Amino acid sequence: MIARFLKDEGVEYIYGYPGGAALHIYDALFRQDDVKHILVRHEQAATHMADGYARASGKPGVVLVTSGPGATNAVTGIATAYMDSIPMVVLCGQVASHLIGEDAFQETDIVGVTRPIVKHSFSIRHPSDIPTVLKKAFYIASSGRPGPVVIDIPKDMTAPTERYEYVYPRKVKLRSYNPVSRGHTGQIRKAVDLMMSARRPVIFAGGGVITGRASEALTALAHRLNIPVITSLMGLGAFPQNDPQSLGWPGMHGSYESNMAMHHSDLVLGVGVRFDDRVTNNVNRFCPDARIVHIDVDPSSISKTVHADVPIVGAADHVLNEMLNQIGQRTEAQEPLDEWWETINAWRDERRGKLYEPAAAGEPLKPQQVVEAVHRATHGDAYVVTDVGQHQMFAAQYYKFNQPNRWVSSSGLGTMGYGLPAAMGIKLNYPDEHVVLFTGEGSFQMMMQELSTCKQFGIPVKIVNLNNASLGMVRQWQDLNYKSRHAHSYMESLPDFEKLIEAYGFKAITVSTAEQLEPALEEAFRSKDELVFLDIHVDPREHVYPMQVPQGAMCDMLLSKTERT
Amino acid sequence: MRHIISMLLENEPGALSRVVGLFSQRNFNIETLNVAPTDDPTLSRLTVTTHGDERIIEQITKHLNRLIDVVKLVDLTEGAHIERELMLVKVKAQGSARDEVKRTADIFRAQIVDVTPSVYTVQITGDATKMDAFLQAVTPLGVLEVARTGVSGIARGDKVLSL
Ligand SMILES: Cc1ncc(C[n+]2csc(CCOP(=O)(O)OP(=O)(O)O)c2C)c(N)n1
Ligand SMILES: [Mg+2]
Repeated sequence: MIARFLKDEGVEYIYGYPGGAALHIYDALFRQDDVKHILVRHEQAATHMADGYARASGKPGVVLVTSGPGATNAVTGIATAYMDSIPMVVLCGQVASHLIGEDAFQETDIVGVTRPIVKHSFSIRHPSDIPTVLKKAFYIASSGRPGPVVIDIPKDMTAPTERYEYVYPRKVKLRSYNPVSRGHTGQIRKAVDLMMSARRPVIFAGGGVITGRASEALTALAHRLNIPVITSLMGLGAFPQNDPQSLGWPGMHGSYESNMAMHHSDLVLGVGVRFDDRVTNNVNRFCPDARIVHIDVDPSSISKTVHADVPIVGAADHVLNEMLNQIGQRTEAQEPLDEWWETINAWRDERRGKLYEPAAAGEPLKPQQVVEAVHRATHGDAYVVTDVGQHQMFAAQYYKFNQPNRWVSSSGLGTMGYGLPAAMGIKLNYPDEHVVLFTGEGSFQMMMQELSTCKQFGIPVKIVNLNNASLGMVRQWQDLNYKSRHAHSYMESLPDFEKLIEAYGFKAITVSTAEQLEPALEEAFRSKDELVFLDIHVDPREHVYPMQVPQGAMCDMLLSKTERT
Repeated sequence: MRHIISMLLENEPGALSRVVGLFSQRNFNIETLNVAPTDDPTLSRLTVTTHGDERIIEQITKHLNRLIDVVKLVDLTEGAHIERELMLVKVKAQGSARDEVKRTADIFRAQIVDVTPSVYTVQITGDATKMDAFLQAVTPLGVLEVARTGVSGIARGDKVLSL
């Protein structure tokens, strides 16, 4: 029944790992060819694969794990998806109904364990409920503000000896769940009033614009009013970064001009963002002069951290189009923004060419220059996946995104180990595209067993290991806040990555000088169907800048090891 | 400020734990909690009293509404409403205190529902302030045990919380 449903729901791949409580389901999968199962090497990887696929495609990723340790191994991946509002359906085997509550072998109350990190969860009570429950799960996971849904399936619910009639439920109704779509016209009018009269407006667009497929509307609106656009880290690609109106992303390691512009703005039009603490810095000093318009499908996101003067609950696409509509009918002239743009361009000029110093001859490569080189080698249109750390920030700063759904990174939870499986989930579904993973030697070692999955299923991702032989981001904080006492932030006993990769039968190239970089990239990106691992030795002393000063305003930044705003 | 939030909840396993879990997870406080079935067997009614400024209460109601199991919700304190709680109290009732307990119960229109030579069990209904006042009055006499149901409430007038 589950296998048939997945097929009817149009699911091509599921990611999982078998075990006792899930064996009936695995047997059913064995006896069909429509839904393909990818066997990972750790359940966490299954959730990240599903998550990567979901971020690239906008459709829910599907995971299948067994009870107990199988399900608990999936928890980090579920939390990762929850924090970034990623649609996912996780099918968990469970011990048979009559054993539940008895501390049976491999029994875990996974619904209880995951309660704070799911959008919703279900337990199957009767086999005949399976199709409707699954349909509800897919609907909830992918509508409104998306998120992971866990389904607990006691083993007796899938017993092959029992047969039930199966009908694919085309639609489900949930009386208590009706995600809004249309925004309130009156509120939109108020927002447009503010936008027409603002002297220093900024648009702040987040992941909601990508999920809500509203990039086009956003771009049209920004162009119509000539407003500068800042995207959150989750929103990278929601507005083309090669557009002169793009200021990049804000926050802790955000661009100088975006932090300056947002701080000094008199109007922030937030779309599908959640104003989290990594952006706002100290909320009490956040944008002192700005009125806030906040558009979000999830009412609970609005005024959670930052008070919204004009809250608009609705789908980004609808609200932005309605704004364009209303602007078209306005007769009054928009407040001119020339002065604002002059100020912004002056900020841009201040930092131009000063972002980092490329390595001099004989010096170790800078991670930033590696990212820039990869950007060139892939013509800026690869799917870019990252792990977590300095390399993640460098990738976000120096790879420029012109399309949505191309930037894939664990932002809210910051899960090291996320990258490799997420990249695999994308490559599997988009075999004709370049999928590049920027990772660090620390993060990579958290999920490197998945190379084995790459081998089994032929998943040729490109791996760029920005190897600084240290937990760079931790080290940076220790340099800045703990007088360079590097407690456990460096990695002695790193493996010989070349040998490690070769053990799985893949190609690895070590790069330690600037001259080796371009040829290595050329070789790595020559074909799209060969897994290549680039072990790139980069300067371990490098810090990520800008960096907001703790407890300061957005505009309070360290700009380099010696400069401060 | 104190708020009384009442909601209709899907009568599903796990629904209650989602509501309660939300409060601890988001660091909201619960002062009282009361859940019971309604005339519709698929729904329970749950009422919480909680404290917080406007911003926090707004967050609480928004997050509760976001739960799939919460079908409908009302903040009763936003309008005229009736608030009731039931309390059972065992009070020492020996010697002169025996009359004193009886008198106090009468003043509060409480009933003595169980009697032993040394103990009165008093039942009292009303809003939370009345419960507190009664407890204060009988504490010097020796309170042995207190069982409160937590606040339940309903809006005054024609307004109803239903599907
Ligand atoms: C699972 C997990 N554990 C710990 C952390 C804390 N943390 C954040 S960045 C980082 C260092 C990452 O090192 P590496 O992958 O080598 O990247 P680098 O910063 O050196 O580029 C750590 C330990 C985390 N984000 N995730
Ligand atoms: Mg590192």
